[in-house]
Amino acid sequence: MYKTRYRKDVRERKLPYHLLSLPAVLLSGAVVLIPAIQTIYAAFTKWNGISKTKEWIGLQNFQELFSDWVYWKAVTNNCKWTLLFVTVPVIVAMLAAVLIAYYRIGHKTFQAIYLVPYILAPTTNAIIWLNIIFSPNAGLIGFLQRAGWDITSPLGNMSTALLGVAMVDIWHYWGFLTVIFLAALRQTPHDQLESAQLDGANGWKLFFNIYLPNIMPTVSLMLVLIVIYSFMTYDYIYLLTMGGPAHSTEVLSTYAYSLAFSAFKFGKAAAVSLSMGVIGSVAAFFYTWLSRKEVVE
Amino acid sequence: MRNKRSSRKIMQPHSKRKITVPFCIAVSVLVLLAVIALFPLALVVLNSFKTHTQIMTNPFSWPTSLSLDNYVYTWTTGKFGEGFINSIKLTSSAIIAGVIGSSTMGYVLATRRVKTWRPLTLYFMLATTVPLQMFMLPLYTTFVDLKLMGNVCAVGVAIAAWNLPMPIFLMRTYFLKVPYELEEAARIDGANTFHVLTKVIMPIVSPGIITVACIIGLFSWNEYLLTTTLLQNEANFTVTLKFLNLNGTFSRDFSVIMAGAVIMVIPMVLVFLLLQKRFVEGMSNGAVKG
Repeated sequence: MYKTRYRKDVRERKLPYHLLSLPAVLLSGAVVLIPAIQTIYAAFTKWNGISKTKEWIGLQNFQELFSDWVYWKAVTNNCKWTLLFVTVPVIVAMLAAVLIAYYRIGHKTFQAIYLVPYILAPTTNAIIWLNIIFSPNAGLIGFLQRAGWDITSPLGNMSTALLGVAMVDIWHYWGFLTVIFLAALRQTPHDQLESAQLDGANGWKLFFNIYLPNIMPTVSLMLVLIVIYSFMTYDYIYLLTMGGPAHSTEVLSTYAYSLAFSAFKFGKAAAVSLSMGVIGSVAAFFYTWLSRKEVVE
Repeated sequence: MRNKRSSRKIMQPHSKRKITVPFCIAVSVLVLLAVIALFPLALVVLNSFKTHTQIMTNPFSWPTSLSLDNYVYTWTTGKFGEGFINSIKLTSSAIIAGVIGSSTMGYVLATRRVKTWRPLTLYFMLATTVPLQMFMLPLYTTFVDLKLMGNVCAVGVAIAAWNLPMPIFLMRTYFLKVPYELEEAARIDGANTFHVLTKVIMPIVSPGIITVACIIGLFSWNEYLLTTTLLQNEANFTVTLKFLNLNGTFSRDFSVIMAGAVIMVIPMVLVFLLLQKRFVEGMSNGAVKG
């Protein structure tokens, strides 16, 4: 008798929490989880996206992809993109953040200026760069050409197109990293810095012995996130080059999109998405492992 | 969490600022980076007052007059009014759905009163890393089946649902800061869980809710891939898509593109400067481990 009453009591106390879980579970379930499961199934079928029937074809989509040079071009480009993003914006942002923190120069002003490109829409940024920088008529490139420089838009050239797109994306992104690093730097314990300075440590020593070890958890978390986002990147590439010229800036996401909405090969597009998902979950493993201390423990 | 006072002091590693050579180099590096960040935007503002031919001749020349004709023409032909209304609808529905979803789940994950907190935490962590392509194709067919294509509010809710994990973990950190004693005291007074949440906890975490709303708002306003896929009729276009459309149809007239870009940039920058503290707090709390 006592036991059942106790159980009912516990159930009544727990019910509100289950009800509170509902909005997020329903939202995420309907928009992310169920469609994701459908995508996994669709990857093993032939499906044009419109018809109700999906024809099961096993691993054929994947076999086709593995012998498809565009797919491998996309994978290579995603890897190049990742390498660019874990280095260039991280180094620039680290430099800016350390200089601001160390010399305590108007951190609010610089932080606000650096964030402006980040808060603008990718569409806006892409159109601005296409017209005012890369355009041979109205842009900086055209101006320099008329001034006699031997310069062309990097987007039109197969060997430089990816760098050109990455340049715009990095221009928009590095300010965000600066803000993150600066916030982490400001948590460096003051006594550590003071004693290092009393010991006569110079700038480099201060950075490698005090600043960097203190912000390392944040830096490694950001690096994992950058890897994850680099394999998902879409906006700037599609808006600036649409994966061209001649697939030279094709990445997995643009390839999946054109397979689905231009070629109507939803099954094959799902297979590309699934391979992105697999890469994502490997990175997610590291992400969970790194942030586990913070959230789970 | 480390001591607040000591973390503030970090901004003063030197007791007194001396104007030295390294200091000057540091300032010039920071100023150079600021110039790089603002250069394309400044150029756009400069050219938005010029005619197409003037821009073509020299993008660096000063405008001859400060007339707003370009803006008026661009605003009406680009149907920016309609676009801003659609964007506001989309962003508000995303904020409402996102705030409800993240604050309730954030509370469940922070209090850990039910055993499901562990699988739910794991699920939302994994969901951070699911690429949009992983669920966009079935979502597209579902939107077609349910006749939701072009429904701005439904797209806003979908964007919020896709971006739920980050706001959830952000809300969770705010709930963790609420002293447990407050909740206990309210319970002893006879309040049930919903009363505790709405009357005691929510007022305390309301600054956190505003921060989360800012982050969701920023993201949904700027979102491109899902918006362009699910809104395929020009009348439902958000302002970012209207501008993209304008760039396609008016790519020969640079004065229209420049004025359009300024119309896109100025409101965003003003809102950002107004809510800067919230944005910065949301961004850094979402990523900084401390």
